[in-house]
Amino acid sequence: MLTEELVDLSRLQFAVTALYHFLFVPLTLGLAFILVIMELTYVITDRPIYKDMVRFWGKLFGINFALGVTTGITMEFQFGTNWAYYSHYVGDIFGAPLAIEGLMAFFLESTFIGLFFFGWDRLNKWKHFMVTVLMAVGSNLSALWILIANGWMQDPVGATFSFVTMRMEMSDFWAIVFNPTAQAKFVHTVSAGYVTASLFVLGISSYYLLKGRDLDFARRSFRIAAGFGFASALSVIVLGDESGYTVSESQKTKMAAIEAMWETEPAPAAFTLFAVPNEKAERNDYELQIPYALGLIGTRSLTKTMPGIKEIKARNRERIENGIHAVVALEQLRRNHDDKAALAQFEAHKADLGFGLLLKKYIVDVSQATPEMIQQAVDDTVPRVAPLFWSFRFMVALGFLFLLLFSFALLYSIKGNFIEKKWLLRWALWFIPMPWIAAELGWIVAEYGRQPWTIYGVLPTHISVSNISVGNIYGSLAGFVGFYTVLLIVEMYLMTKYARQGPASLGTGKYHNEKSAGGALPASAPANPI
Amino acid sequence: MDYETLKLVWWLLIGVLLVGFAIMDGHDMGMGVLLPFVGRNDLERRAVINTVAPHWDGNQVWFITAGGAIFAAWPMVYATAFSGFYWAMMAALWALFFRPVGFDYRSKIQNPAWRSTWDWGLFIGGAVPPIIFGVAFGNLLQGVPFHFDDILMSTYTGSFWQLLNPFALLAGVVSLGMITFQGANYLMMRTEGDIYRRTRSASLLFGTLTFITFALAGWWVATGIDGYVITSTVDPNGLPDPLAKTVATAAGAWMTNYHTYAWAKWVPIAAFAALATGILFARLDKAGLAFWSSSVACAGIIGTAGVSMFPFIMPSSSDPRSSLTVYDAVSSHLTLGLMLGATVIFMPLIIFYTSWCYKVMWGKVTTEFIAANDKSAY
Repeated sequence: MLTEELVDLSRLQFAVTALYHFLFVPLTLGLAFILVIMELTYVITDRPIYKDMVRFWGKLFGINFALGVTTGITMEFQFGTNWAYYSHYVGDIFGAPLAIEGLMAFFLESTFIGLFFFGWDRLNKWKHFMVTVLMAVGSNLSALWILIANGWMQDPVGATFSFVTMRMEMSDFWAIVFNPTAQAKFVHTVSAGYVTASLFVLGISSYYLLKGRDLDFARRSFRIAAGFGFASALSVIVLGDESGYTVSESQKTKMAAIEAMWETEPAPAAFTLFAVPNEKAERNDYELQIPYALGLIGTRSLTKTMPGIKEIKARNRERIENGIHAVVALEQLRRNHDDKAALAQFEAHKADLGFGLLLKKYIVDVSQATPEMIQQAVDDTVPRVAPLFWSFRFMVALGFLFLLLFSFALLYSIKGNFIEKKWLLRWALWFIPMPWIAAELGWIVAEYGRQPWTIYGVLPTHISVSNISVGNIYGSLAGFVGFYTVLLIVEMYLMTKYARQGPASLGTGKYHNEKSAGGALPASAPANPI
Repeated sequence: MDYETLKLVWWLLIGVLLVGFAIMDGHDMGMGVLLPFVGRNDLERRAVINTVAPHWDGNQVWFITAGGAIFAAWPMVYATAFSGFYWAMMAALWALFFRPVGFDYRSKIQNPAWRSTWDWGLFIGGAVPPIIFGVAFGNLLQGVPFHFDDILMSTYTGSFWQLLNPFALLAGVVSLGMITFQGANYLMMRTEGDIYRRTRSASLLFGTLTFITFALAGWWVATGIDGYVITSTVDPNGLPDPLAKTVATAAGAWMTNYHTYAWAKWVPIAAFAALATGILFARLDKAGLAFWSSSVACAGIIGTAGVSMFPFIMPSSSDPRSSLTVYDAVSSHLTLGLMLGATVIFMPLIIFYTSWCYKVMWGKVTTEFIAANDKSAY
């Protein structure tokens, strides 16, 4: 029996483990390319300090990467353990990008990461550089395939439903790969990763500069992070806007909720800067708007309208009522594959099958659904407004603050006097956690914003779960929270320890604490001259 | 390629991926099992760990890809097995947690208690998953209590504890023995001195253990476990629908394929022969040949389970017609074809660059090397 408790717990566990996994992904995506830039500088200039930079930031990369791998396996397992009906219903489409991700991307990244760390003495510098490039390409390709899979959840193109196999089946692979929603998500997500990594390097470098240590090392790291970060912060905003621009129905619903736009407004719609959304009355109690802005962002035109929540709900009511016929016909077809009348009815209404399935949350035999149940299902089709409205605004505000920070960082890098700008260095240092917050908010907007669906318009979240006892999930959730808390403490401890230690952790004998304080190194650790 | 052929090819390819996992991830998991015993002090343990340091992560992708391929090619198996074996899967997953962090974090702090904790973490991460996967195979051979409803939602009606029955536990020992044998033979190639001598003894011990338990399990399957047979006609080219067939249990049914197909018996024969030669080569200090032998043994042992059950993948003991087979648990024609294309393109590339990485890093890892590379080695 699929109770609400079972569904909510399954969602909670997925949210907790996905948000946690996503603490480690953005840094991996971005730092890999920063390592590529640093190493390219090394192979061209042949100056050992750049090699030290690759190795030191690589050490921090490794500490982060270990937990990324650990928590990534959880995501793969969970589709089977907790979302079994989802896996059955869309595995034919969703499984393929995951498997290709393994074959094409994850193997590449994981095989070469070994040589990245351990191949320094066995490869010439060009070969080692190639290894680093392949590792970075692998990690970013990995993100591409995962986001193709996720994009399909938002906008399920290239697939049709089969009543014999009782699932969605792939009809056009390339439509899934080149799904505009997926492509927009990919560029937005990897850019966010580049911002995260740039701010990480910028902030830690600023720490050394503020302490007045390892100046040469920190200055060079700062400049690279400033340049890469500026380009990334710009692209994350421009390309974030791009993912609002896509045309699918799911994104329109999400947009209306994000904007707390209850009524369809005449084009071009205003952008609501601030509002107090009132879910019950379906209006905003207070709002502050910028005229025309949303219409321009959302439709790229002055004449196209964007549907408001009330209009979307009215359309969805029709689809739910239609969907009832599809579900009833499907149930007859499942009993008798050759039922001609049922087949005709099913074919006529199958576009709305998913909407009919929304009623399964309230009643087993959907043909008996009462008007109240239908109203509830209609209300379900638009996610709750307030969390989306605010998550989105905080994310965007952070995005602009990143752009501002990196603009200053780049400007003073070019002028060459950023060391004197203590306020900038402090800003960078204290801002290190912010890209993570922005990334998690972005995840909430994308995934919470898709509710009540796992596959928009196709499969309601409610029937996607595994039919297991709730006791199992309480147990596993407790296990995850326990493991993940301990692992996070360990990771943060090591990250802080090595970041504080700085390039001296390489044991080259050239850096802060190594030259002056003789006793800083343990006697058992011989220096490792390069 | 027609649908039937693709279904059979994917049965073979999933087998190849599982064998790849056993050979590659198997040797670093086997390393984990042996770590606390063949390394008697910190430097020795670090030498042992660093034989796989550049490779464990790539090896682990065999596991992840095998999982992804089962998701893509056999979505119903993925859904039914992972949700049915819920706690077993969680235990395997949590045990795997210890590997990435164990490898990467262990030597980043000097404290002996810290390091010893992670050594045992690597032991758990090496020992628990093979045992669980073996136990899972043991249960597949006996049938698992699950059924589908009319919208093909699966429900597992057994408990976690009943998975731990005597035959399944024996299968778990076979699996652990096989993986540890593989790990020991790998370590023999990459270590020297005391560590080498200890791993050689471990190789002989675990090779023999695997040989005996595998023989015992085979005898048990032949005489004490009812197999499953499809009793209705099946259209191998048909759309996959597990509920469209009827299935019965029959004594000795898991032996049928060995009578029907003359080549089938060579699979278990290869397993026994490779185990025997593996033990022999380890005795003769031919580490490389011992490793190749135990790799063949992995293929033979996994292949034997697959061939015995064919065409079944996951038989249902409580509702036999819900059983999942290579014909009715699969993806669509298009997806299977597409995935085959991706595998044909990428698998040779993966084998190529993985081999190159091993070649670059090849050689004995000594305690002297660790002492000299204290900051950069694991």
